[in-house]
Amino acid sequence: MAVITMREALNQAMREEMRRDEGVFLMGEEVAAYQGAYKVSKGLLEEFGDRRVVDSPITELGFAGLGVGAAMAGLRPIIEFMTFNFSILATDQIVNHAAKMRYMSGGQFKVPIVFRGPNGSAFQVSSQHSQALESWYAHFPGLKVVMPSTPADAKGLLKSAIRDDDPVIFLEQERMYGLKGEVPDGEDFLVPLGQADVKREGKDCTVVARSMTVPLALKAAEELEKQGVSVEVIDPRTIRPLDIETIVNSVKKTNRLVVAEESHAFCGVAAEISAQVMEHAFDYLDAPVKRLSGADAPMPYAKNLERLALPDVERIVKAVREVAYLE
Amino acid sequence: MSELKVTPMRPRTQTEGASAGAGVAEERDGQGRGEQARDERDRIDPAGLREEHERRQQEQQKHIEGVDRETLLRMLYQMVLIRRFEEKAAEAYTLGKIGGFCHLYIGQEAVAVGALSALRPDDYVLTSYRDHGHALALGMSADEVMAELFGRAGGCSAGKGGSMHLFDTDKHFLGGHGIVGGQIPLATGVAFATKYKGTDQATLCFFGEAAVNQGAFHESLNMAQLWKLPCVYICENNQYGMGTSLKRAMSISDVSQKAVGYGMESEFVDGMDVLAVRAATARAVERARKDSLPSLIEIRTYRFMGHSMSDPGHYRTRAEIEQYQERDPIKVFGDNLREKGVLDDEGLKAVEARVREEVERSVKFADASPEPAPEELFTDIYASPIKPGR
Repeated sequence: MAVITMREALNQAMREEMRRDEGVFLMGEEVAAYQGAYKVSKGLLEEFGDRRVVDSPITELGFAGLGVGAAMAGLRPIIEFMTFNFSILATDQIVNHAAKMRYMSGGQFKVPIVFRGPNGSAFQVSSQHSQALESWYAHFPGLKVVMPSTPADAKGLLKSAIRDDDPVIFLEQERMYGLKGEVPDGEDFLVPLGQADVKREGKDCTVVARSMTVPLALKAAEELEKQGVSVEVIDPRTIRPLDIETIVNSVKKTNRLVVAEESHAFCGVAAEISAQVMEHAFDYLDAPVKRLSGADAPMPYAKNLERLALPDVERIVKAVREVAYLE
Repeated sequence: MSELKVTPMRPRTQTEGASAGAGVAEERDGQGRGEQARDERDRIDPAGLREEHERRQQEQQKHIEGVDRETLLRMLYQMVLIRRFEEKAAEAYTLGKIGGFCHLYIGQEAVAVGALSALRPDDYVLTSYRDHGHALALGMSADEVMAELFGRAGGCSAGKGGSMHLFDTDKHFLGGHGIVGGQIPLATGVAFATKYKGTDQATLCFFGEAAVNQGAFHESLNMAQLWKLPCVYICENNQYGMGTSLKRAMSISDVSQKAVGYGMESEFVDGMDVLAVRAATARAVERARKDSLPSLIEIRTYRFMGHSMSDPGHYRTRAEIEQYQERDPIKVFGDNLREKGVLDDEGLKAVEARVREEVERSVKFADASPEPAPEELFTDIYASPIKPGR
């Protein structure tokens, strides 16, 4: 197994799938000549040419819709948003068109498309460039929503997403592009959509984390181990479809649940997980579910305020101690 | 009436009168900028209509000579089918058999029939929510279209799409879309795909003139010309976006001129002349096939009914509608076919009779078709079934 960065893992996934299937192409702002705003598409133009690696104008609604139409006509587009903040301009094509085409055509048309790019906060880029939008997209039947937290998951999940016959929202994290990890060799390595992964086993409390809160939760678990608290960390990896069974089974064992997320709490994914755990495991809970979400405020620019707006190791430790009635 | 005669540019609207804006008044006086560029449009507006009618009849007769008899008769049949189908749909709507929105195509038949007659079966077609006419002109059966309007399992979209979302993979008909202008980027993507695959298929994208104000239109035209995509953008300019006339909604209301900003070829066509529509579309399709270039065609038409079945139509006068009805596209075409000896009165009656039979049968089919099974609520959402709520 090679140790590579998340950025390289994503690049490998696209490269391998483009070699495998002539119908796969990449389109987005600065993906070709510039090699990607975050260098995720580095070298793809050289290998595949400008027919399959296409620099688009800054026209998010337009190229998102172009991708949906191309998918309906038999291609497998990968549409990169420079960040998912800009996908807001394209939501009509994602939500009204991609998500509903199969249904309203009575199953006649499929839309095998991946919309990918960084989601959530970065480094002091302020309110309009720091939003985590997974709860928006996960809200709509017809879309799948994927959020990897390791290079291996990133590669295996992106390859599955490209091969999937449904529209997939693939949410990366700018802070994690340089994160290194072991990635299994071989072009056939896939991680199926809809399967959670137990990132660390434990018995006293379950922490459900995704994307950038996974490494934080693992650090918190190490810290808590020293304090005599055994934490199980679960990464759903796919927000929709959600592997609620794995979460519920864990809660039945630990009887406590903390959900750590970067996005806002209100109407969010943690709220959904809390509700489903209550529906399926109410009698097993020894404490109310605790949500640890991004602050209920637009993202500030100032470094100290930005830090305050996001979950961190310390606050995850505190949340686990609270549901364990240790504080 | 008299007012319309001195102001041929402007359909009368409810807000007309003392409160009319300066720009509007300027245009009424014939002093507006770009007036000359719009001469062609003026000629088919109500005022000059009668004089113009004769000239256009002659033009169409010339066109007739270039089209074989079988095609002419098929086009007439399709236009009459759409008309009678829509009349029946209106009736079924008032009986409560059709729900939701129902946007009729009456008055615009020459557009879908003329344009689609210029295509090959493997070309692609997308349109807006006013889609019954396109579906029928593509050869979808009246049965499956009516059943879809009735919300039945035998409908072309299995009863899940309804009036606004007709689809047919076999006919390469990619919908039926409910968001104004939403199908324009989709069509651009279909054209991208055909070019990517190296085929010479053309994609036709229909939309109303109100969609031209959407960003989706401009973003699409820019990409299409930039990347030389074989897409034909057809603006069905029926002059009203719901209850708002074009002149109240568009700073430069000459739609074909919008192509200039993108360096795209464009044409303006009389939408009451089915053969003119066919000829213009054929030119644009040729450009798409041979040179992989997009085009914009503005087809000036008029809907004889309201925006949808729930539209009381207070924003335009009966006189205006009647004046357009004098150039009813079916009548114009039928008269010409008779004059050219393609068809006699008996032949016309036979067309009506065959159409009546097909439409009656479609209602029977739709009535007899079962409602979708309850479990259909959760099918066709994903490629493989996912438990709802997951």
